[in-house]
Amino acid sequence: MNRDNDKGRVLINRSLVLGGLQLLMLLVVIVRLYYLQVYQADKYRTLSDENRISTRLLVPPRGVVYDRNGEMLATNRQNFQALIVAEQTTDVSKTLGAFKRIMPLTEAEEEKIRKDLKKNRSFVPIKIKDNLSWEEVAKIQLNAPDLPGIVIDEGLSRYYPLGEKAAHVIGYVSSVSDKDVKDDPLLEVPGFKIGKAGIEKLYEKRLRGRGGNLKLEVNAYGRVMKEIERIDGVAGERIDLSIDARLQTKAYELFGEESGAAIVLDVNSGEILSFVSVPAYDPNLLSQGLSSIEWNELNKNEKKPLMNKALAGQYSPGSTFKMVVALAALENGSINSQSRSYCSGRMFLGNHAFHCWKKEGHAYVDVVQALQHSCDIFFYETAQKLGINKIASMARKFGLGQKIDVGLENEKEGLIPDSDWKRRRFGESWQQGESLISGIGQGYILTTPIQLATMTARIANGGYLVEPTFEKMSDHNTPNLKKMPVSASNVALVKQGMFDVVNVPGGTAFGSRFDFNGLKMAGKTGTTQVRRITMKERQTGIVKQEDLPWKYRNHALFVGYAPHDNPRYAVAVLVEHGRGGSAVAAPIGGKLLLEALKLEAEDKKEAETDN
Amino acid sequence: MYKFYETSFKNQRLSFKEKMQSISFSYVMLILLLAAIGVVMLYSAANGDWSPWALNQLIRFGLGFAVMIVLAMIDVRFFMRYAYLFYFATLVLLVIVEVSGYVGMGAQRWINLGFMKLQPSELMKIALVLALARYFHSSSLQSIETTKGLIAPTLLVMCPAVLVMTQPDLGTALMLIFTAGAMFFAVGVQLWKFGVLLLGALVSLPIAWNLLHEYQQNRVLTFLNPERDPLGAGYHIIQSKIALGSGGVFGKGFLKGTQSHLNFLPEKHTDFIFTMLSEEFGMIGAVFVVVINVLIIAYSFGFALRSTSYFGKLAAIGLATNFFLYVMINMSMVLGLIPVVGVPLPLISYGGTVILSVMASFGIILSVNVHRNINIGKD
Repeated sequence: MNRDNDKGRVLINRSLVLGGLQLLMLLVVIVRLYYLQVYQADKYRTLSDENRISTRLLVPPRGVVYDRNGEMLATNRQNFQALIVAEQTTDVSKTLGAFKRIMPLTEAEEEKIRKDLKKNRSFVPIKIKDNLSWEEVAKIQLNAPDLPGIVIDEGLSRYYPLGEKAAHVIGYVSSVSDKDVKDDPLLEVPGFKIGKAGIEKLYEKRLRGRGGNLKLEVNAYGRVMKEIERIDGVAGERIDLSIDARLQTKAYELFGEESGAAIVLDVNSGEILSFVSVPAYDPNLLSQGLSSIEWNELNKNEKKPLMNKALAGQYSPGSTFKMVVALAALENGSINSQSRSYCSGRMFLGNHAFHCWKKEGHAYVDVVQALQHSCDIFFYETAQKLGINKIASMARKFGLGQKIDVGLENEKEGLIPDSDWKRRRFGESWQQGESLISGIGQGYILTTPIQLATMTARIANGGYLVEPTFEKMSDHNTPNLKKMPVSASNVALVKQGMFDVVNVPGGTAFGSRFDFNGLKMAGKTGTTQVRRITMKERQTGIVKQEDLPWKYRNHALFVGYAPHDNPRYAVAVLVEHGRGGSAVAAPIGGKLLLEALKLEAEDKKEAETDN
Repeated sequence: MYKFYETSFKNQRLSFKEKMQSISFSYVMLILLLAAIGVVMLYSAANGDWSPWALNQLIRFGLGFAVMIVLAMIDVRFFMRYAYLFYFATLVLLVIVEVSGYVGMGAQRWINLGFMKLQPSELMKIALVLALARYFHSSSLQSIETTKGLIAPTLLVMCPAVLVMTQPDLGTALMLIFTAGAMFFAVGVQLWKFGVLLLGALVSLPIAWNLLHEYQQNRVLTFLNPERDPLGAGYHIIQSKIALGSGGVFGKGFLKGTQSHLNFLPEKHTDFIFTMLSEEFGMIGAVFVVVINVLIIAYSFGFALRSTSYFGKLAAIGLATNFFLYVMINMSMVLGLIPVVGVPLPLISYGGTVILSVMASFGIILSVNVHRNINIGKD
């Protein structure tokens, strides 16, 4: 009985201990709750938000590019695409089958759709086809009852109304590549496109705008439950270019089947009114993305549509260089307005014969006549007296042999040689014969069309240091130009020669003259050999240009300005393998200047009627 | 032979009315409160819907409540009398499950009775407590303090524990062993014996490790380092801690638990319901639930101490400890204190068998209290 009491007491004592232990352990639970829910609450609150909040970038609309008159050069167009949402249809393959009956899909496309469907959860929309036309969208919507799960989605895609005509100015946009610097989270957005060439690349930052943020609540499977917060982005900036779409179109069309480049500048402001490189690519296609076959075709084309010939094409300036030689000689006193040379069709330096383009010669010519007839002998002799270094120094003042830098990519420097250069390059001293051929813009000299346009504008405006630009300037905002160290009378003399080239019978561009209400143009033609004419060929008769294969034909050049008495527009035209400056390049240049004058008159008239 | 309907003292036989009046009102209210919280949380788990869980749970709780009241009315001597019979019948059921059980949740645990699935291991939790209580009721302190006197009760524990372990249901097996261990401690088994057992367990740990199923091994490994497999097994623990922690002091609000409602939290209506509660009602809600459970356990211990019979005392302590283990293991598991072993939170987690077995336990504890003055001989 005693032990029984003990047994009962033991039970009570031990039970109290047991109950105490249990209470203690539940206190541990409370301590743990405190640790997680108070001490570490911030950490877990962050983790919880990271779980449920999915942040998406809102892509801002890209800035629109306008020409000087408010015509759109690059804009955004609504782009429709058809998507399929697997969970909204009972039978995916049936829906796809019905879709195919309306709009055929290639096998590769179908393969991709199937792969995407398998990879993603059933509520994720999968792209079936994009760049749908209005008609195609209408057709899909009409058949909507047969197409459960098909959704039409609108997006923005870049559109270039002028297409290839402005391709080398505007450039194009394309998907971000590995090489691009990813300084903006927008670049990580799938399908985001950035400027890859031209203005699109130059003003990329301004055109892009700033991305917005969309905060969405998602569940554990990634399904969007609701929108938490939306911060709208900032649309890309509007860009107004100096380009005149009408003149741009005209320039491109004037080339026809030819290949080359043409630039029209405002000689006072430097604004580029027209800037074409022909042939060009269609930036609309490039922005959508080309197949490798299409790329190869563009790359292999012998007329190089991907190359911006206005900036990256380096050509001998030929006779268009003669103004620079004449000015250098006049400024240095090697010749004056009265100096004359006798042209017999050729001259000798030692044993070597130098030919004028005109076999019979020009007889006695002064500097104005030499320019008018493009007499080579006069410039051989002038260059001989002057020496290469003085020619080079004048050429550089007029913008030749260096980058003009209008902001576009891949610009080439060209080449204005001098004796130092030759020593550096070849370790040899300069030969006099090389000065002679430099005097007619041949030999080592290379220039780009934009350089020739700059040179012409600086001559046209009477020797002011104008800089070409794509930026539109307001009428009151024309830059104060620096006067170049050339005398006005010497420039006038050269301009007289350029006027005679076009307007006096016998001038090399006489055929391209015009008279628009008394406004005329002045200019200079150039024709440069691509192949060397051998002695034997000179004796047996030079092969006619028309009989040569295209790539061996001469390049044709023309530089000019108008109106002749108060110049406003300068033009430089290069036609690759165009045979002759007078025959091919001058007509294009003339028509461009005439068009510029006509457009100006039209605009003025319109402004008057508006008032 | 002792006949339970015979009375030797005045209060050995109680009228139905007397019994009803001596049911502890506070105890029943605490149980109702806990069950109500459970129904509310299940309503939230279904994103604010009575189906599929809340209404079902309510019906099952009603059934369980009836079972509790009926058991509370039954004389405590009845439980003692049929303790062994009940124990062996349940053991047979466990064997049946082992042989041809219904395969569910990757483990054999149920017998399909058609209208409900019977989980013998849940019954065993009660049966074992009653059987041990009867055994120790009859044995003397001397025999308890000898090793020989512990052979029979040890066998009573190990037979069902091994069977349940092989189902495999580690959580229930551990609960059986811990409940029995607590009872061994309560009756006065010397502490050094527990020490020896612990040492033996540590020594045999490597062997036991190899006997564990791979998924059980994974659970332990993942518990020790949840980052080991953040998308697989560790995902549950990590997401549970995120849900709990982000609830803070005041919680995110009813139906507003993002971790739960956006499905980051797995099993939110069963094992992880306490996490969901803590996310929505914060530390205040969680502590409130802990306190209710503490009170239920404290009341149960109080009833045990008030009882005049050894069997009644020990049965109530055993059943209360069993309830405590449910609560403790479930909470520790969702709080990341122990590995995920699949033990529900009684009356709050969704699940019929657990409600019935827990309510039955409460019924027996109430019966111990109602019949606290009934003396039981030592036969």
